[in-house]
Amino acid sequence: MAMTARQRARISRGVQYGLLVVIVVALVFIADWNTLISRALNPSVMAQQFPQIITVALKNTLIYTALGFVAGMSGGILLALMRLSSVAPYRWIATLYIELFRGVPAVLVFLALGFGVPLAFQVRFNNLVTVMLALGLVSAAYIAESLRAGLQAVPKGQYEAARSLGMSHARAMVTIIIPQALRIVLPPLTNEVILLAKDSSLVYLLGMTVAQYELTKFGREAISGTGAGLTPLVLAGVCYLIITVPLGLLARYFETRADARSARK
Amino acid sequence: MKKSTATATAAHPASVTIDGLHKSYGSLDVLKGISLDVQPGEVVCLIGPSGSGKSTLLRCVNLLETPQRGRIQIGDVEVTDPDVDIDAVRRRVGMVFQQFNLFPNMSVLKNLTVAQRKVLGRSESAARQTALHNLERVGLADKADSAPAQLSGGQQQRVAIARALSMDPELMLFDEPTSALDPETVGDVLSIMRDLAKEGMTMLVVTHEMAFARDVADRVVFMDGGVVVEEGLARDVIGAPQHQRTQTFLSRVLNPTQVHTPES
Ligand SMILES: Nc1ncnc2c1ncn2[C@@H]1O[C@H](COP(=O)(O)OP(=O)(O)O)[C@@H](O)[C@H]1O
Ligand SMILES: [Mg+2]
Repeated sequence: MAMTARQRARISRGVQYGLLVVIVVALVFIADWNTLISRALNPSVMAQQFPQIITVALKNTLIYTALGFVAGMSGGILLALMRLSSVAPYRWIATLYIELFRGVPAVLVFLALGFGVPLAFQVRFNNLVTVMLALGLVSAAYIAESLRAGLQAVPKGQYEAARSLGMSHARAMVTIIIPQALRIVLPPLTNEVILLAKDSSLVYLLGMTVAQYELTKFGREAISGTGAGLTPLVLAGVCYLIITVPLGLLARYFETRADARSARK
Repeated sequence: MKKSTATATAAHPASVTIDGLHKSYGSLDVLKGISLDVQPGEVVCLIGPSGSGKSTLLRCVNLLETPQRGRIQIGDVEVTDPDVDIDAVRRRVGMVFQQFNLFPNMSVLKNLTVAQRKVLGRSESAARQTALHNLERVGLADKADSAPAQLSGGQQQRVAIARALSMDPELMLFDEPTSALDPETVGDVLSIMRDLAKEGMTMLVVTHEMAFARDVADRVVFMDGGVVVEEGLARDVIGAPQHQRTQTFLSRVLNPTQVHTPES
């Protein structure tokens, strides 16, 4: 019997939903719930994590993320302007930087800053500075590319109108172009903050005092305690989600708002 | 508009002298030795087929493009002098674009005050007062708090004119200001330009509105292929063009539906 395309699509979707339910039910039955709960979702272990997981670990993750973002944003703006500069060597340097730091894992940057630089230059930064630099160096490359795309998306006429009103290049960029570019890059920038929040876990490589623990380090230390199981890591994961899910929603909100704006045009 | 005429008159309309101007992009010669004088308070319309270099000429005057050769003088300032303060030149010259180029993220009022504040260093209240005065001139005083996107094309172009006027320019450049507009809004923009001309502003206008050129322009310049082919009083150039190319162009623009036989 002949089916319309729509009927066929509906049946195919029904089959897929059915399969999904079967898989979930199977997993629920196969899993050893008693062990799982006692090892990974143990309420008494959870209780021990508070309040430090919030007052120390979550707080530090937020601080490291914010520091990284401030550094990355500063570096990113500079690099984006260099990429768009009429001075060729600026463009080369910026391109080289961006390719380098986008291509190297963040772990290596942390190790280089934490151990390589102190060896090479006989300096020892405090951890906060190292975190800020490492996260900033990595995210600056991504942020620069987002900003460059955003700056180029602002119509040329905006710059010409600003210059025609007597604004200098710098004034036109700061007052007219960058604010418009920022609206365009809000979604990718928000996503960058999510990545930073996760990358901040790499501070564990640096060796920290207890007061400097962030979520991942805090969780790792806790599971090495006697009989804690995996519960601390699950809790740390939930804390990351508390940070990242709202940011994800925010990014989506910015996107729809940008779409609405361009649709109105 | 009538009541504000006295204060609205351009304070010191500037003259423009263009002499032997050459501009090329790579191997493409766009302006091939343009010379043109505009007296203070004079309205000159530039007409000519698309690609003839009209926009480029206008953009050279406020240095959005840098000519390779030739001189441009506005008032007593030679703007083609390599040491000239470009920003200072542009402060005296208002530019109105075909695509309006209003700042979409700012209210209408902010569009008019931002350069007054940042470039001229006027106080917030002085800038606001000038802005509201110029919005009134273009008949949009009630739109001060609107966003540009909420306005029709014609209204946006009137805001763009008010924005340029808020800098108290000595010269206004218009690059096809009505070409992107719905036909029913063209008249409002042209009537504001007409008022401005009456008030004594020096104006250099690229336009395809021949009725406007005939009625408002003191002189009309016909350009083709990067040279001035013909120039003279508006009624002469439009009413009785001397050159074949001018005649062909005008008959196309004035009778767009008519079938034209190709001429030499
Ligand atoms: N930035 C540019 N780069 C290369 N060619 C250009 C540029 N701007 C204008 N042109 C060329 O110069 C010629 C004249 O352009 P334009 O001044 O805009 O003419 P009009 O305004 O009379 O239509 C056209 O052939 C155009 O393609
Ligand atoms: Mg043009």
